[in-house]
Amino acid sequence: MRPHLHLWLIPILPLVGAAINGLLGRRFSHRVVTLVGNVFVGASCAWAWRVFAQFLSLPHEMVPYVHDYATWIRAGSFAASYGLYLDQLSMVMVLVVTSVGFLIHIYSIGYMAHEGGYYRFFSYLNLFMFFMLTLVLANNYLVMFIGWEGVGLASYLLIGFFFLRDSAASAGKKAFIVTRIGDLGFLIALFLLIKHFGSLDFSHLFPAISKLGIESAGPGLLTAIGLLLMTGAAGKSAQLPLYVWLPDAMEGPTPVSALIHAATMVTAGVYMVARSHVIFSRAPAAMLVVAIIGCLTALFAATIGMAQTDIKKVLAYSTISQLGYMFLACGVAAYSAGIFHLMTHAFFKGLLFLAAGSVIHALDGEQDMRRMGGLRKHIPGTFWTMTAATFAISGIFPFAGFFSKDEILWNAFSSEHGSWIFWAVGLLTAFLTSFYMFRLWFLTFFGEFRGIEAGVSEHGYGHIHESPKVMLIPLAILAVLSVVGGWIGWPESLGGVQHFDQFLAPVFGGHAEAAVTAAEHSKELLLAGISVLAALLGLLLAWVLYQRRQDLPDKIAAALGWLYNTVRDKYYVDEGYAAAFVQPLIKGSTYILWRGVDAGAIDATANESAEGAEHVSDALRHMQSGNVRSYAGWVAAGAAVVIAYMVYMGVR
Amino acid sequence: MVPISYYLVLSAILFALGVVGFLIKRNLITLFMSIELMLNAVNLAFVAFAWQWKSLNGQVFVFFVMVVAAAEAAVGLAIIIAVFRTRETLNIDRVNLLKL
Repeated sequence: MRPHLHLWLIPILPLVGAAINGLLGRRFSHRVVTLVGNVFVGASCAWAWRVFAQFLSLPHEMVPYVHDYATWIRAGSFAASYGLYLDQLSMVMVLVVTSVGFLIHIYSIGYMAHEGGYYRFFSYLNLFMFFMLTLVLANNYLVMFIGWEGVGLASYLLIGFFFLRDSAASAGKKAFIVTRIGDLGFLIALFLLIKHFGSLDFSHLFPAISKLGIESAGPGLLTAIGLLLMTGAAGKSAQLPLYVWLPDAMEGPTPVSALIHAATMVTAGVYMVARSHVIFSRAPAAMLVVAIIGCLTALFAATIGMAQTDIKKVLAYSTISQLGYMFLACGVAAYSAGIFHLMTHAFFKGLLFLAAGSVIHALDGEQDMRRMGGLRKHIPGTFWTMTAATFAISGIFPFAGFFSKDEILWNAFSSEHGSWIFWAVGLLTAFLTSFYMFRLWFLTFFGEFRGIEAGVSEHGYGHIHESPKVMLIPLAILAVLSVVGGWIGWPESLGGVQHFDQFLAPVFGGHAEAAVTAAEHSKELLLAGISVLAALLGLLLAWVLYQRRQDLPDKIAAALGWLYNTVRDKYYVDEGYAAAFVQPLIKGSTYILWRGVDAGAIDATANESAEGAEHVSDALRHMQSGNVRSYAGWVAAGAAVVIAYMVYMGVR
Repeated sequence: MVPISYYLVLSAILFALGVVGFLIKRNLITLFMSIELMLNAVNLAFVAFAWQWKSLNGQVFVFFVMVVAAAEAAVGLAIIIAVFRTRETLNIDRVNLLKL
């Protein structure tokens, strides 16, 4: 007897919520919008956990659990269906997305309470949940692509949520266009798969590819597909060179930054690469590229993050950097480590953004850390939750980030695809991460308050105020997860059991770690010790610079001169892209396509022919003078011509 | 026995006189008379052919033309009176409001 899990409920419920709020929300009261926006996501989350309970008891031969609901496209031998695919990997993703998503929905009730377009916000957020769940549950690449583009759309709508602000509208456009560049690569990869394997279904495709050998002799078809998939992933997950949209995406409301641009959507690329691990593990060249891109992005974004002053920008670059870690893990074939980091990152980075939102809320919209400070006493709830997240992301034992980051670093060092260079860059990044996170922590919560006490604003609050309970509760839950969330992946070298890796092992082909010796364990312990040391060093440096000797940062910045300016201005990458791509495009469009083709050829043709018609008809118009005798003259002349013609024909 | 060409030439001359009169005269009533002249020139051609071919069709047609001409005279003279009442002139060149 085949149990029916009713998987379709998980994505459909948020869609129903989005439809109700989107179509009718204008007329609903604030309370009804809140109810609709949260109940459906909550139900989806509850159902996901119920499915998880059933999934654990499924017999082995039933995993992956695949269900086709309807045929979508049938063209010749190619067919694609609407179907859902549940295995350990998508199960983890569904639980992370629905649970973190639900917490962020609850937080939004408090954060967005005073903003306009409240119903619109929840409608978009629910729509995002629908597409994200479609993405992770899809049973073929085409349905995945629907979700992929759908989350892009939801991201665009939410970045540009305050669309009256020009910067928000253009940030939305930038995000949409830059990710579209990556999506082109994804699409071409899909076309190659259709051409060579005739299907996009995971359950057909992966066994077919598994029969192929590893392309060790040189790059081939699978390498091409892998690289193209990586292009798509780099666009969606903000990796080099397509990361530029993510910092700008911080124009959106903070819960959006937490949900879409930290916890879920930007990790879609990691999920996609992990999902396609069958392709990547047969294309070593593509894997090397994934690892290098991940490694470079992690380091590059971390250096930029050190010099930012906007609290959300720091977190944005930190997100890019952490995503780089996940790609590094995928690139050294440690997929489960990557997914593990994805999960812990969803906890602590979601929390960091929400806590930053709480800080911004407390200061009535202030985002510049130079005008914060000393907030520890004013907003203790936010302070303690943020502390948990800061320790977690810095990788300090025993917070969640330590376990996942350490697993990645260990794999980068020890895996057959790894090398000590990856490990060294990862370690340097870990140090930088710890430094810029504690810099943020000290600047925000310690020292003296450097801002101007805001007067009574339209929100009705006068002074720095702690956020309402509805915002603090999700913070508290995520804080607990940031502490204990990593414990399900306690490494064996520390005498624990790797539950997480064991759970995912059936998906990624259990690379049995039976051969791990005691010597290996002690080496792993040593490396873990070094990385914790690096994190503590970062903490110490941040403490010295931003707590002990507060005059030093400016002196160092002055001493470094142009180097500091380059980093602060994000290596001028945006300016470079503007000069290399955007300006030529705008100039070409303006001078060639607009003034040349459109105005010069198309409009000119229409205008000139209209003018010609006008001239001719103007001449004809003057024949109608109102003079009856001239009319008679024309009639007579016409008759004369007709008669002359007839006479001529008759004579001939 | 007068050959048919004589009648036709006369008919053509009368018709041409009608056309020229219509084009060069300005008085409405004169124009009206020019139209009658053209109609009757045509009538002459009809009866000439009817006589030549020994057919009644042409003669019947002449009756129709005469009936139409009579009706036209009634309507046309009424229009001329109406024009004179509103514009106080019969000069065709000054009745030129209907134009672009």
